[in-house]
Amino acid sequence: MNNLYKYLLTIADNSLILAQRLGELCGHGPSLETDIAITNISLDLLGQTRSYYQYAAKLVGENKTEDDIAFLRIERDYKNCLLVEQPNTHFGFVIGRQYLFDVYHYMLIEKLQNSPDENLAAIAKKGIKEVSYHKRFSGDWVKRLGDGTEESNKKMQEAIDDLWRYTNELFYLTEAEKEVVKEGIGVDVSSFKEEYYKEVSELLTEATLTVPENKYFTKGGKEGVHTEHMGYILAELQYMQRTYPNMNW
Amino acid sequence: MLTESPNIDKDLIPVLKTVSDPEIPVLSVLALGVIREAIEVNGVVKIKLTPTYSGCPAMDVISDDLKKAFEDVGKKVDVELVLSPAWSTDWISEEGLQKMEEYGIARPLSETHDKDVLLGNKKMVKCPQCGSTNTHLVSQFGSTACKALFKCDDCHEPFDYFKCLK
Repeated sequence: MNNLYKYLLTIADNSLILAQRLGELCGHGPSLETDIAITNISLDLLGQTRSYYQYAAKLVGENKTEDDIAFLRIERDYKNCLLVEQPNTHFGFVIGRQYLFDVYHYMLIEKLQNSPDENLAAIAKKGIKEVSYHKRFSGDWVKRLGDGTEESNKKMQEAIDDLWRYTNELFYLTEAEKEVVKEGIGVDVSSFKEEYYKEVSELLTEATLTVPENKYFTKGGKEGVHTEHMGYILAELQYMQRTYPNMNW
Repeated sequence: MLTESPNIDKDLIPVLKTVSDPEIPVLSVLALGVIREAIEVNGVVKIKLTPTYSGCPAMDVISDDLKKAFEDVGKKVDVELVLSPAWSTDWISEEGLQKMEEYGIARPLSETHDKDVLLGNKKMVKCPQCGSTNTHLVSQFGSTACKALFKCDDCHEPFDYFKCLK
């Protein structure tokens, strides 16, 4: 399989898995407004995923469709980062995970808009408008919870401390990514690592939270080596297509 | 590559006008600005449709409705989804904006003002019920991804605000 296909997966799988995680909250959000917001964000991400997968399916040919890519791969073939597969432990985790991803996502597709690959640039130009709303939403909530009550501050801090270890992986490049970057089509994610930590640290400080200082980071998702949560996500995500192959609705 | 202004064959306009956005039924797809091209080539109507938001579920419905509308007048249709250039709220026609307001959805403000109101700093969104700008943001996301939820502090009615997308 070619590098561009793999590259598309490293971007699109993040959105698919995060959309699935957020979708789990449909009808279970802490308030009606946040419930609706979270599922709206999920829908945006799913829409973006479809655009990437439609493009990826074209590259594969053999009558493959976006659905084959979304539903019929095995765990090791999903290239999403570990951050997005982490569970909805409590609302602070949902918001923390979202914010840590949104800042990265925004910086990535902001640069992807300039890709000489027309399809990638078009998807990015469409997506950036949506992601800027996501980032504003999650950033506002980090501030509200961090600078809220003693309890909300404690929970927000707990989430950031727990999720911090997954942030470094966002800037790690797989072999396929390196190749696509070399061709001038892809974005070198390591190029905005410093900018990312600066922006995140500033907001956390504003939210009266402590910026974690742990030296230990974990990675693997982008190479297909996932945390124990991934299998459960896929079991739910793939259930219909696995049980009733080729079903439509 | 499509340009900013859509390429629509005049003869097809009457049929296009009959297809509306399923989520804002007072708005035709033409007024919404999602039809980027509609031309007849060798007896087949070719339509290029652009989504408002990437995941907008209305797009599949609009696509089906367009097919049905043209088939009803005996024409074959081919609908293609295009992403570039990305849809902007600037493409909603003035007539469309007025209809939207009458329907109860506040029209999008300019990009800068949109940011101000969504960050909760300023009272600028006009209540479509009583016209007061004494309104406040309830949630940045409303009944659909393209709208935010507001409440009027004068007539106390909640309402949707169509977010600016540029």
